[in-house]
Amino acid sequence: MMARTEPSQQSGRQSLLADEGMLSRLQHGELGFVPVILALVVVFLVFHFANPYFLTPRNMSNLTLQLGVLGIMALGVSLVLFIGEIDLSAGSVSGACAVVLVLLSAKLGVPGLLAAFSAIVAGAAIGWIHGKCVTLIGAPSFIVTLTGLLVWQGVQRMLVGNQIGQMLINDPLITSIASTFLPGWASLALIAAILIAAGVKFRRIWRVGTGPEMATRMYYFGQAALYPALAIVIFIVLSQHAGVPVLLLMLVTLALLLTILTEHTPFGTHIFAVGGNAEAARRAGINVAGIRVMLFSMCSALAALSGIVAVSRQYAVDSNTGGGNLILDAIAAAVIGGTSLFGGRGRIIGSLLGALVIGSVSNGLDLLGQTANVKSIITGLILLAAVSVDMIARKRRIQSGTAGA
Amino acid sequence: MGLSLHAGSVLALLGDNGAGKSTLVKIVSGVHMPDAGGVRFDGARVELRSPRHASQCGIETVYQDLALCENLNVIQNLFLGREKRQTRGLLRRLFLDRNAMREEAERAFAVLGSRIPSLTSPVSALSGGQRQAVAIARAIVWRSRLVMLDEPTAALGVEQTANVHRLIRRLRDQGVAVLLVTHNMVDVFALANRLVVLRRGRHIAEMDPGTCTPDDVVGAITGSAYAETAT
Repeated sequence: MMARTEPSQQSGRQSLLADEGMLSRLQHGELGFVPVILALVVVFLVFHFANPYFLTPRNMSNLTLQLGVLGIMALGVSLVLFIGEIDLSAGSVSGACAVVLVLLSAKLGVPGLLAAFSAIVAGAAIGWIHGKCVTLIGAPSFIVTLTGLLVWQGVQRMLVGNQIGQMLINDPLITSIASTFLPGWASLALIAAILIAAGVKFRRIWRVGTGPEMATRMYYFGQAALYPALAIVIFIVLSQHAGVPVLLLMLVTLALLLTILTEHTPFGTHIFAVGGNAEAARRAGINVAGIRVMLFSMCSALAALSGIVAVSRQYAVDSNTGGGNLILDAIAAAVIGGTSLFGGRGRIIGSLLGALVIGSVSNGLDLLGQTANVKSIITGLILLAAVSVDMIARKRRIQSGTAGA
Repeated sequence: MGLSLHAGSVLALLGDNGAGKSTLVKIVSGVHMPDAGGVRFDGARVELRSPRHASQCGIETVYQDLALCENLNVIQNLFLGREKRQTRGLLRRLFLDRNAMREEAERAFAVLGSRIPSLTSPVSALSGGQRQAVAIARAIVWRSRLVMLDEPTAALGVEQTANVHRLIRRLRDQGVAVLLVTHNMVDVFALANRLVVLRRGRHIAEMDPGTCTPDDVVGAITGSAYAETAT
């Protein structure tokens, strides 16, 4: 039971305590990242004991590179899930845009940066079409994007044409995305920047003074220390091999930007309002259709970016780029990371962690010499577990809601 | 049909289903445009083009379903669609000003004398009465001059109904004009300064709850009162 406090007693607290109540939220079924972090720990321990090579810097470096395509797509998919829609087409869109990139760069000689930009714009346009179909026709996004999956896959295969096998790319910029590592000094500078940012945050928590009780304050210190500590550990591990991959930096930067957008801007609040109760959002004067179209567009643009990364990793594109289980893995990553399939609930960082779980399982099973079929089964079971945890937590939320009456 | 509301008083609007109560509310809240006639607010004629525009004019509607987002927290719901942004710095203007919103929310609940467990807990964790308080607190936050409540106690128990009555009195004491649409005689006689009965879109009767009985009101709503006087 939560203690009932007069609102007046709460005044005078400062902004960093704006998310006060996190501790009690946990008890009320607001699990947040707890399940996904537990899953990560279990996955890492299991694969470490099954094959000690798993936790070596070399394999960890490899894992971060494997994470790029899935991670970027999962970020986009979670945006669409936040508003209670789904995008099944992200895989095909990433494949089609990858072909656009390679055609522009390899066949027409367009410079890499411009070709990549065009591919992302093509993705955004595709998402815009999906969004318009959902908002104008009123068709369920499940059907619209299932159609998209088929259509853009067809387009991808048509563009690849009768060419057998792969279309190669040799643009230096594109190929370097997935194969460049930060030099040592740059990594050190980044660690320094992270430490300074953490220091600023610590000082702000300290300055709150006598406001919150000690336990809450320790919790905030812990929270403020978590990400910098994690970042530094990752940096140290990765620098024992080739260094920090630029791709990892790109993924984390994207996640950070999207976190700021979804959690610290009015637009972000509107996203979750549309996902939670679209009618209430409309009555509050929010442009619900506009937000839907915007997010489908962002999702497909991110899918295009993941296609670019896929090209960068393979140095080529073929009719299977972006195919297979990729889109389902991306949805699974978001759900494992705490994003609700029913909309209105979830966090970007969760999807990143979810992608890490899926990526680690895939990487670990590869190390153990398992087939793609086994990977598919295990990923499916993890998704089922994640959804079950979400459903149990939802029940607790509903119970604690009525208990508060 | 004429209807006038005064600051700091509660007008109850009654009528059977289809009498035109909801239509009236929808016109004044900016959802529908009237075919004829108009709305005067502060003595000046206003054309309410949209719900957004109506709230900008100082008219807030508390819908029967409350129109809250259960996944968002109390503060986010209070400021939904009208979030406060930070004022310092060029880039900061893009971001939410959580301090300012929290302070205003606290002030609003203090004015209402209402207890909410935590302003940052999601609305799904609140009871029905607390949710009603959140919906009403919107009017305080936005300094609304006219608040229309559609069946505010329809889904509530006895104790929570009493709490909502207290909220509405507080709202009235702030100098807000309150229009209460209800079927509930308890609400009417507990709160209203005046009551108006509609039937088939027409203003049938205007009464003073101090001098009439619930039976009089029911008679006016159903039309039987006039039948009786005729015999």
